[in-house]
Amino acid sequence: MADPSASLIACLPRLRRYARALLGERASADDLVQDTMERGWRKLASWRAGSDMRAWLFGIMHNLHVDQLRQPALPTAPLDETDENALPLAAPAMEPGSSLALRDLDAALQQLPPEQRSVLLLVALEEMTYDEVAIALDIPLGTVMSRLSRGRERLRLLMQGQAAPAALKVVK
Amino acid sequence: MNSPVTEAELQAWVDGQLKPARQGAVNDYLAQHPDQQARLQSYRAANAALRARYQPVLDEAIPPRLQQRPAANDGWWRPLRAAAMLALTVAGGAAGWWLHELMPGAAAPSQAIASLANLPQRAAVAHVVYTPEVKHPVEVTADQEQHLVAWLSKRLGAQVHAPQLGALGYELVGGRLLPGQSGPVAQFMYHDASGARLTLYVSTEQKANSETGFRFAQEGEVAVFYWIDGKFGYALSGQLPKAALGKIADAVYAQLEPGA
Repeated sequence: MADPSASLIACLPRLRRYARALLGERASADDLVQDTMERGWRKLASWRAGSDMRAWLFGIMHNLHVDQLRQPALPTAPLDETDENALPLAAPAMEPGSSLALRDLDAALQQLPPEQRSVLLLVALEEMTYDEVAIALDIPLGTVMSRLSRGRERLRLLMQGQAAPAALKVVK
Repeated sequence: MNSPVTEAELQAWVDGQLKPARQGAVNDYLAQHPDQQARLQSYRAANAALRARYQPVLDEAIPPRLQQRPAANDGWWRPLRAAAMLALTVAGGAAGWWLHELMPGAAAPSQAIASLANLPQRAAVAHVVYTPEVKHPVEVTADQEQHLVAWLSKRLGAQVHAPQLGALGYELVGGRLLPGQSGPVAQFMYHDASGARLTLYVSTEQKANSETGFRFAQEGEVAVFYWIDGKFGYALSGQLPKAALGKIADAVYAQLEPGA
């Protein structure tokens, strides 16, 4: 069995990648990672050896992120007024060198409801199984599947520049 | 056997998580529904795009702040974070005091209470700031104790003493002058054989309080016993259990008692 401290450190690059995609911006993503690590170190004793360290840590990060979302007024994604220009304009400041298409992907991701974004990223980026996602986010498997399905479809429409308002109403 | 294909299964197909037994059924379904096939292919493309977009983050150098492991015995960051919060509280208190000055007729007693409440906070902040120092924990070291006491007494405008705590296993490290709420205050530092440090914070700013008994405050990781004696305010701080620190506070009090 690997040393738990080493396993914790080993998760850092993946936590950073996920946080970056989740928040779209480097500084706040690393702040979230730092908070996650602090809590991880502190609670390391309560981590059950043999259980999935990655799911545990992503769960901690998810909870911290949810707390953050609750504190300020919920950053509701602007319901774009079917304006095709809304997408590029809403793009967050990006590192230089990223192409327009990538910037669109970042922007589109940020327009997904956070709960759909988390599920999609854990599946697509982190390549977790649906069961692992359910554990990390502490939600039923059925909820994982419905959020995944909706998030994907919404992302596809956003990338096509036509986030259908009708699709928004479907959410919960 | 041939139950209808569900949306969840289509999602699983995208992610390569489809049960092998259902592979055939889903493939048949997609062959008959090119629109669905196109939708799922675009989802697969999105998966690949997301991985390509964020893959570089995995190879970035990890900022050192993320790799720092908190000290094994209780985190170092908590007292510091508590100190930062205390500093804000104290700043808030100072602002309130300043406002008081601007308001003629403002009640003096509340000011006195505020300054008493500030004593343990200020002492705890000073404790947290200086005890981790390796090279410069104090301005004047214990080998110049006479000079230290004379200097601090002069600056505080009152005779101060550095209690002897050798019987309890604590030795004087030295002391320093600090800014208090309205003038100079003194800090004496002690350590035991293991290097654990205590500080005694001495202020002469207590104008309105004649005397109090021991009071206790827990400021984050730092335990503080404090009391007022005439114009002196004393606060003994340490990262110790309350009972252990209380025993030392008794000894300090006994030595500082007027006429002792």
